Amino acid sequence: LSFFLLLATALNSALLPSSGNQVLRIHVESEDHIQALKELEEDLDFWTHGFSTERPIDIRVPHTSLSAVKDFLKKNNVPFTVMINNVQELLDRETAEMVSNAKMERSTKSFNFAAYHDLETLYSFMDTLVASHPNLITKVHIGNSYENRPMYALKFSTGGVSRPAIWVDAGIHSREWVTQASAAWIANQIASNYGVDPSVTSLLGQMDIYLMIVTNPDGYVFTHTDNRMWRKTRSVNSGSSCRGVDPNRNWDAGFGGPGASKDPCSESYHGPYANSEVEVKNVVDLIMGHGNFKSFISIHSYSQLLMYPYGYTCTDIPDKSELHSVGTAAIKELTSLYNTIYQVGSICKIIYQASGGSIDWTYNIGIKYSFAFELRDTGYYGFLLPANQIIPTAEETWLGLKYIMEYVRNHPY
Amino acid sequence: MKTFCSVWLLLSVVELSPAPPASQEPPLACRGAADPAPPQPETAEDMASTGDLEPTHYPARRAAQVALHYLNTHHGSPFRVFGLQQVHKASAEDVEAGGRKYKLDFSVTDWASGSAGPALRCSADVLFPRTERHSAPDVKLRCEALQQINRTAQEEEAFYQKHITPDSAVSARDIPDSYGNMSEEMQPFWRLARVAASFIMLRESSENTEFNMAQVASVTQQESSEEQLMLEFVVLLHDLPSQEIVQWKLLASWSPDRGVRVLQTEWQPRCPHATKPPN
Repeated sequence: LSFFLLLATALNSALLPSSGNQVLRIHVESEDHIQALKELEEDLDFWTHGFSTERPIDIRVPHTSLSAVKDFLKKNNVPFTVMINNVQELLDRETAEMVSNAKMERSTKSFNFAAYHDLETLYSFMDTLVASHPNLITKVHIGNSYENRPMYALKFSTGGVSRPAIWVDAGIHSREWVTQASAAWIANQIASNYGVDPSVTSLLGQMDIYLMIVTNPDGYVFTHTDNRMWRKTRSVNSGSSCRGVDPNRNWDAGFGGPGASKDPCSESYHGPYANSEVEVKNVVDLIMGHGNFKSFISIHSYSQLLMYPYGYTCTDIPDKSELHSVGTAAIKELTSLYNTIYQVGSICKIIYQASGGSIDWTYNIGIKYSFAFELRDTGYYGFLLPANQIIPTAEETWLGLKYIMEYVRNHPY
Repeated sequence: MKTFCSVWLLLSVVELSPAPPASQEPPLACRGAADPAPPQPETAEDMASTGDLEPTHYPARRAAQVALHYLNTHHGSPFRVFGLQQVHKASAEDVEAGGRKYKLDFSVTDWASGSAGPALRCSADVLFPRTERHSAPDVKLRCEALQQINRTAQEEEAFYQKHITPDSAVSARDIPDSYGNMSEEMQPFWRLARVAASFIMLRESSENTEFNMAQVASVTQQESSEEQLMLEFVVLLHDLPSQEIVQWKLLASWSPDRGVRVLQTEWQPRCPHATKPPN
């Protein structure tokens, strides 16, 4: 009885820093030992639970009760060894490691995903993400924009040479701010999920992911400095006072056809020729140079749609059935989170005929799993989606995206 | 050049029905996207778009949006704006006078409550005329239980009393702001702008447009007249197919009794060399 009184007072001081605390490993050999330990279990910190004679039991003993516990064990003939001589030392080391990890993570953890950021902040976020996951992520400089800003894609890879890859881009239309914001969240999500989520881990074991958070940096800067509604690139159009080309009418798929404008002042101006925009050319060069992309997914807003090719014609693609059912299943995952309703269909039928679009080009060069998302909302806030919807949008989009990626992994071609 | 761009177009008083005039011509110096609703070539589906339509495809959805604009002009208020939830069934047929009539079965919700809110079932006939110069679509609409939806009479009255006083002089810009922020105080004004903009969106709609209000560039309260709140709005409309942002200035009145009326509208064309529309 007096033992427990002693223990009780000792335990109060267990709240103090753990200098001199020890972890004792107990080798239980009999039922008597088990009974003795059951007396201790209520009061001490057991690191291994479940008593049996087959496994040792570890208990963390505060400094102040060390002698009492050791006496108790000796008295009951329970053999033990001292495992961790000084818990504090171990904790200190762990803390030091955590602090340095936390510093890295704090920069990504202190990055406010529930806010819209300028280009510099997004680029800085990319750097800290890469720095805290050096064995998983590299920053690929794919070229420069019209106004000479670097264009970066984050490459998620666990090795190999030119593994089959998945491409995801956001912000090709600069005013669609929820897309760049969601892509930042998704980048972080992939990084955190690797090694934790079996699906993402297995995906990255076989394939690479290229994620481009800001595909139109000049336009993005312009939406911050001058015109929130700017959509296009910022290239100068010769013979016109209007600037910019619609980067999603500039790809070499039905270029110049219906659904794009030949007026430089138009929001859907296709440009003087296909790939005239360096932003588009840089992506094209990367895709062609790599040669092993299996999926290409472009993220836009708004309208809540998941679309597959074609935009330049309403004729069905040969893989229409498959892509439609992949899209439908992906949307089911997306909707499951917050009940956000999406529609699935080809670009031409579900939204409008549009020529020179990216996923039409990628499909035509053989990247079968080509999709385009239009994220929240359906027109209430439109481009000006409140920041408190960024994370829910990113979370649900991620579920849809993940489904597509898993499908691509499971259907090699 | 610049002075041309800062000259206002003359206003014309626009009565709401029966025959609204089409948009004014832009001053020569400011030819940007020349038409707020540039026509698009017909696609294969348009040609075949007689008979049953796929409810999730754009022809049905565009027609439903037109019905929504009509619904909002009649039943929108500072505390209620309707949004399309889903199109259930749709069909289209060419009509004798030259035009296409859409028959729609769809559901709407009070937009503020999102798709979670209670849905109203509606049916509509939307007739897009095929005339040389654009003319507004004609809408016949029936919604079930419209009278039974939560009346926002109390909020409307409170809002009205607060701002009908002679010293109320509300003035604000960029609602919501670039980051989607909109103060609680501004929300009824945003909704009023959205309802007033619905008159314009309804009038300007065709089978080749799909309008939403992108932002309220400004709201300026005018002197009350005949016990109506008088508000001057500048709104930015977004047309999905062309992706154009179209700016309109309008003068609207509102009271709980008379609802929203639009008294004047003025298209503010973009000047190519300006990055922001002229003020």
